[in-house]
Amino acid sequence: MTTLLSAKNISLTLGNRKILDNVSLDIHAGELKVLIGPSGAGKSTLLQCINYLIPPDEGEIYLEGKKINGQSNAELCRLRQNVGMIFQDFNLFDHLTALDNICLALVKVHKLSKAEAQKRARKELERVGLANRAGLYPAQLSGGQKQRVAIARALAMDPKILLLDEPTSALDPELVGEVMSVIQDLAHGGMPMIMATHQMDFVRSLATEVLFMEHGVIIEKDTPKVLLAEGAKTRTLDFCSKLHIITNSSNEE
Amino acid sequence: MEFTDLAFYLERVIPKLNKGLIESLWLIIPAALVGGALGIFMGVLRVFGTKWIKKIADTFVAIIRGVPLTIQLMILYFGLPYLPLVRIYLDPYQAALLGFIFCTGAYQSEYIRGALLSIKQGQIKAGQALGMTKFQIIWSIIIPQAFRKAIPGCGNEIIYLIKYSSLAYIVTHIELTGEAKILVSRTFRPTEIYLIAGCYYLFLVTLATWLLHALERKLYIPGFGKANS
Repeated sequence: MTTLLSAKNISLTLGNRKILDNVSLDIHAGELKVLIGPSGAGKSTLLQCINYLIPPDEGEIYLEGKKINGQSNAELCRLRQNVGMIFQDFNLFDHLTALDNICLALVKVHKLSKAEAQKRARKELERVGLANRAGLYPAQLSGGQKQRVAIARALAMDPKILLLDEPTSALDPELVGEVMSVIQDLAHGGMPMIMATHQMDFVRSLATEVLFMEHGVIIEKDTPKVLLAEGAKTRTLDFCSKLHIITNSSNEE
Repeated sequence: MEFTDLAFYLERVIPKLNKGLIESLWLIIPAALVGGALGIFMGVLRVFGTKWIKKIADTFVAIIRGVPLTIQLMILYFGLPYLPLVRIYLDPYQAALLGFIFCTGAYQSEYIRGALLSIKQGQIKAGQALGMTKFQIIWSIIIPQAFRKAIPGCGNEIIYLIKYSSLAYIVTHIELTGEAKILVSRTFRPTEIYLIAGCYYLFLVTLATWLLHALERKLYIPGFGKANS
C-alpha cells in the first residue's frame, strides 16, 4: 500500500502548554483513521498541522513521500490542494451562494473557466443531495446543508485525502444523519480520510484504525474491533461508553 | 430685503451657484472615488500588512485625523512651495483635491479596518485549506464581505466629504461656497444667497443618501447588513 501522507513526530507548544507531543500518523489509500479523545486533547490541532494551517514546531509532513518544508507558499498551496478539509463550523463563504462557494477555489486555484467550474460544482452538489439549493446563500441553509456544501466544496478540488474535524458536532441531532450519510458514501467509495468524530456507530463499522488522543499524545491505536471490544480494558472503550451513556440519555429525553 | 425679486435669483444667483456646484462636484466625485480606493488600500495594509507597514499606515491616518483639515489645506497650498527639499506648487484645485483625498481616505480606512476585522476567521482558514493564496483570500473572500459591512460607515464619510468640500474656498478654489461668498460680497444679500447655497448642499446630500441606499440594496446578500431578513 502506498503511503499517501505521513506526519512524523509532530510537536506544537503554545505558550508553555504542549498541545501536541511527538505525534506520528500515516494514511494509506482507502483508509479511514478516526481520532477520538476528550476536548482539548489536540485532535483539531493535529488535523490543522497536517495541512499546515497551524505550522508545527517540530516534526515533518510527507505528502506521497515528498517532504513538505512549509517554506514556500506555492508548496503549501500544493499540499492543501491535495488535502481537503472539513471544519466543525462549516466555514462557508458567507457572501457566496452554495454554487459559488464551490466555484471560487476551482476558478482561483485550479484555474478552471467559470463555466467548467459551475459544471463541476453542480455535479458535487448533486453528490451531496443539494442540487436544488445551488442558488441559496449560507444564511438560507440549515446547518446540515451548510456542512454538505462544505463537503462538496472540498471534494470539488479533487483531494487525495480528506481531513474532517468533528463535522457533525455543531449540528442539531436531527441533522447529523444527512451529513454522516454523505461521509459514509465517501468511506465506501474509498476516499482516504482522517476524521475526528464521536459518531461511534460510524467508527465501529467503517474505521480502519482508531487513534485515541489525550493531552497531545496518541495513547492507544488499533482497529475499532480491538479497542472497542466488549470488556476490553482500553481507555478508548472507557471514554466511548461514557459518550454512549450521554447519547442514550439525551435520546430518551 | 426683496425676497420676491425673481429676476435677481434667476439671473444672478442661480447661474453662479450652478457654476459653483459643478466645481464642487469636480472635487467631491474624484475625492470620493480616489479617497475610497485609498481607504480600502490603507485599511487592508493596516489589518494585513507587516508590522512596519501597519505602523506607517497607522501613523499616516493618525496625522490626517489629528490635524484640522483647514490647516492641512493651508499646508498643501501655502506651505509646500516653501518647504525645503519639496518646494511643490499645487494650484488651488490640486491642493484642495489632494487634501480631501487624504482626509476621506484616512477616515474610510478606519471603517474598512473595522469591517475587515469583523470577518469570521474560519472563512480565512477555509480559503487557506482550499489552497488559495493570501492575496486571493483577501481579494475574493474578505474584501467583498468587508465592503458590504463598511457601506453604512463609508457612506457617512461621503456625506461629510460633500460638506467639508466647502473648505476649498480657503485655498482660493472657487466652488459652491466660494461663489456664494463672492455673490454676497457683491450684492450684500447674505440671507437669501446662503440659504440657497445651503439648499444646494442639502440636495447633494439627499441625492448621495439615496444613491447609497440603492447601492446597499443592490449589493444585499442574505445574512449581511439587515437583520432578520
